[in-house]
Amino acid sequence: MTLVTVVFWVFSGIAVFAAVLCISRRSAVASALWLVVTLFSLAGPFVLLEAQFIAVLQVLVYAGAIMVLFLFVIMLLNLGRAGPSDLKGPIGLAAATILAGVLMLQLRPLGSAEPPQAMALPEGALSALQQQQGMVGMVARPLFETYLIPFEITSLLLLAAVVGAVVLAKRKL
Amino acid sequence: MTLAVTWLWLIPLLPLAGFVANGALALLRPQAKSAVSVIGVGVLVAAFAVAVAVVAGLAELHPAEPLVFRYWQWMVVGNLHVDAALQLDQLSAVMLLVVTGVGSLIHVFSVGYMREDPGYARYFAYLNLFVFFMLVLVLGASFPVMFVGWEGVGLCSYLLIGFWFTEKANADAGKKAFIVNRIGDFGFLVAMFILFQQFGSLDFTDVFTQSATTLVAGGGVVTAVTLFLFLGCTGKSAQIPLYTWLPDAMAGPTPVSALIHAATMVTAGVYLVARCHVLFSLAPVSQEVVAGVGALTALFAATIALKQWDIKKVLAYSTVSQLGYMFVGVGTGAYAAGIFHLATHAFFKALLFLGSGSVIHAMHHAYHATHAHDDAQDMRNMGGLRQYLPWTFALMWIATLAIAGVPPFAGFFSKDEILGAAFARGATQPIWYLYWAMGLTAALLTAFYMTRMMLYTFHGPNRTGEKERTHLHEAPRSMTGPLVVLGVLSAIGGFLNVPVFMGGSARLEHWLAPALEGPAALAAPAADAAAGAGEWILVALAVAIAIVGIVAAWRLLDPTHLVPARLAPAETGLGKILWQKWYVDELYDALIVHPLVWLSRRVLWQGVDQGVIDGGGVNGAARTMRALGWLGSRLQTGEVGFYVLLFVGGVLAVLGLATR
Amino acid sequence: MLFGPALAVSAMLFVIGVAGVLVRRNAIVIFMCVELMLNAVNLTFVALAQRLGVAGQIFVFFVMAVAAAEAAVGLAIILAIFRHKETVDLRNINLLRG
Repeated sequence: MTLVTVVFWVFSGIAVFAAVLCISRRSAVASALWLVVTLFSLAGPFVLLEAQFIAVLQVLVYAGAIMVLFLFVIMLLNLGRAGPSDLKGPIGLAAATILAGVLMLQLRPLGSAEPPQAMALPEGALSALQQQQGMVGMVARPLFETYLIPFEITSLLLLAAVVGAVVLAKRKL
Repeated sequence: MTLAVTWLWLIPLLPLAGFVANGALALLRPQAKSAVSVIGVGVLVAAFAVAVAVVAGLAELHPAEPLVFRYWQWMVVGNLHVDAALQLDQLSAVMLLVVTGVGSLIHVFSVGYMREDPGYARYFAYLNLFVFFMLVLVLGASFPVMFVGWEGVGLCSYLLIGFWFTEKANADAGKKAFIVNRIGDFGFLVAMFILFQQFGSLDFTDVFTQSATTLVAGGGVVTAVTLFLFLGCTGKSAQIPLYTWLPDAMAGPTPVSALIHAATMVTAGVYLVARCHVLFSLAPVSQEVVAGVGALTALFAATIALKQWDIKKVLAYSTVSQLGYMFVGVGTGAYAAGIFHLATHAFFKALLFLGSGSVIHAMHHAYHATHAHDDAQDMRNMGGLRQYLPWTFALMWIATLAIAGVPPFAGFFSKDEILGAAFARGATQPIWYLYWAMGLTAALLTAFYMTRMMLYTFHGPNRTGEKERTHLHEAPRSMTGPLVVLGVLSAIGGFLNVPVFMGGSARLEHWLAPALEGPAALAAPAADAAAGAGEWILVALAVAIAIVGIVAAWRLLDPTHLVPARLAPAETGLGKILWQKWYVDELYDALIVHPLVWLSRRVLWQGVDQGVIDGGGVNGAARTMRALGWLGSRLQTGEVGFYVLLFVGGVLAVLGLATR
Repeated sequence: MLFGPALAVSAMLFVIGVAGVLVRRNAIVIFMCVELMLNAVNLTFVALAQRLGVAGQIFVFFVMAVAAAEAAVGLAIILAIFRHKETVDLRNINLLRG
């Protein structure tokens, strides 16, 4: 039981707990806030999995920007109060439970899954790479070399999203 | 002259060409009666001339086997190989001459008889077509080709019986003829199927040369085949139980009755039995059935004819009766005798029908002139016509004497030969004595009712009416001419085949011998072997019976007691039963027709067709589709939440399948 | 070392996300549950990066970018619908009803 494992399970536990609460709160704002907790606490496992840059991005972009956007929209639409019938009725709940249960059963093998030996990197390969290129460099170098084109296309995508969002949300075109 | 036999194809082709030409005229220019007459009669006379040449050529060749002329391949299906082929032997030669000869005379008669009819061209077209099919039937070299002719004459019979189809009764009579014939045709077809299964071929030469080796004599197969063939014969030749269409067929024009229902089509059954004599000789049970049915029919029909008032109906039942005689002949194995009676019957029956046609023609004219609406065919409206139609009167008496079997006229020789053959066979199988006795009784009744007919029509006082009497006159020369020719044939036709014991040379029998050899040759010598005192006694008996019949009718019946049809009292007792034809039609109606109609209407139409197929099948399918569609539409709620549910469910299913 | 547990956690989060999508009626909350699912997948990618190389983390990068774009546009659409229907309850947004 190393420190790493304990910390991992603490953060993961918070994340799961917050997720459950997120989906069961009647108030939209409460749900949003619990989701923020989830996303925030997910950054922990990211760090422990040698993905520090991603962890920072998670906090900055996901928990910081996207969730804030969600909260803005909720406030804008005045959905703060708990609605009377925000959750589905008993039939819906039953169907959801069953489907979720089945999905859980189907995903259980993931717990003991391992990638094929031929493809797997040796233990600690990622840390070695980090030592070499630095935490940011480890991500940045492939991003601007191998994956340059997807990177550029993503920027176009973001442009399109911005324009689309503005157009769609205007009162009058 | 032997080359003439290769012109065989010309004989059926000429009437066919006549049909095409007259048919075209009927459609385009029906008023062109002279052209139609020339074409219609011309092709028949030409066909007769060619037939004479062909038969002469055959006589010179004197072949032992039939001459088969193959023209083209008709059907090649698997093992079945049927050619369009015609066959010429002595038997078909006799039929050829009868059909074309008597046919020509009737065509000539029709020119005068049908002169005023608007459907003149159509009539001759159908008549020519009939002769074509009859010739195909008689000349066919295989069962299927003969069947084409068989069906074709049935078709033309329907067309001609219902010639004046605007009257429902006539159309119904045509339908009845066709449908009853069809039942017989089923028998013919089944027989063909069995024959093909046994022999692998349907050519006459193949079947008949191999039958002795392939079929077991007296066995089940050959008996079945011959009985099914005979079923076809009962339909086509109007024997019990399928005779009911023939009296109704009198609804057609009288020359049609003469040609089709006396001389040619109805004799097709007799020809079939003679043609298949090889098969019938192997099945003694069938021979008994054939002769038995023939004898019964001869007697039965004769009883009905005793009480009929319509002159054509009397002749119709007489035809049924005489056909019975022919079947007794061929059933006994005396095929030559049966064919002989076929030929003589053609002469005197055609004469009788045409003569009655002449009478009806005169009666029609009389009623037309006075605008009366009485029945021109009812004998109660006739009487004393001998002074108005002398030629018809004389010639019809010749025919009456012939049919009654009075020597030296034609019917005497042919009828006597049949009865003699039946009696001779009785020596080995007693049941043939019964058939002989039935035949003799029928001969008595025949003489009686024919004399009755002549008595009521031509003798005694005239009942037609004061005003109509002045309009009665003899038929024109175009009509009496053929009557004279037929009269001569009826008188001297018997001398074609005077039996040996009477000092004759049995010419027809010897002519037919190569075609009807084999067991037939056994039956005839047997009859001749019984020659001597026995034969002469039988002959004397037959003649005595005939004379008794004529005299009895003359004495017992009094034409002065008759009144015109519209005033006549209803029939009672046995007379009523005979007049109503033993209620056979009513019986068939109740037993067969009504149940079939009920079955068709209630069960098959309303039950199966409307209920199951339309309701369950067609509408049911539509309703099911509609229901399924409704179910499908329930899925289209428009709610995203519901769609997501289905979506996730689908994903889980795919995941499950993929990770199995 | 943390590979197996990380995958297990991500599976749980994913299932919770699916349950959330199926249970809620509010459009925006459903959207948020979708984001939760995306995050679970992100965790999976990062875990796999341990074994299969840094490409896993690159992928997370792109997922985040796309998620951001998607959130923006999606919320704009919800806004537009709200303007017409005065509600974001999914039961009322059923113009596709057949």
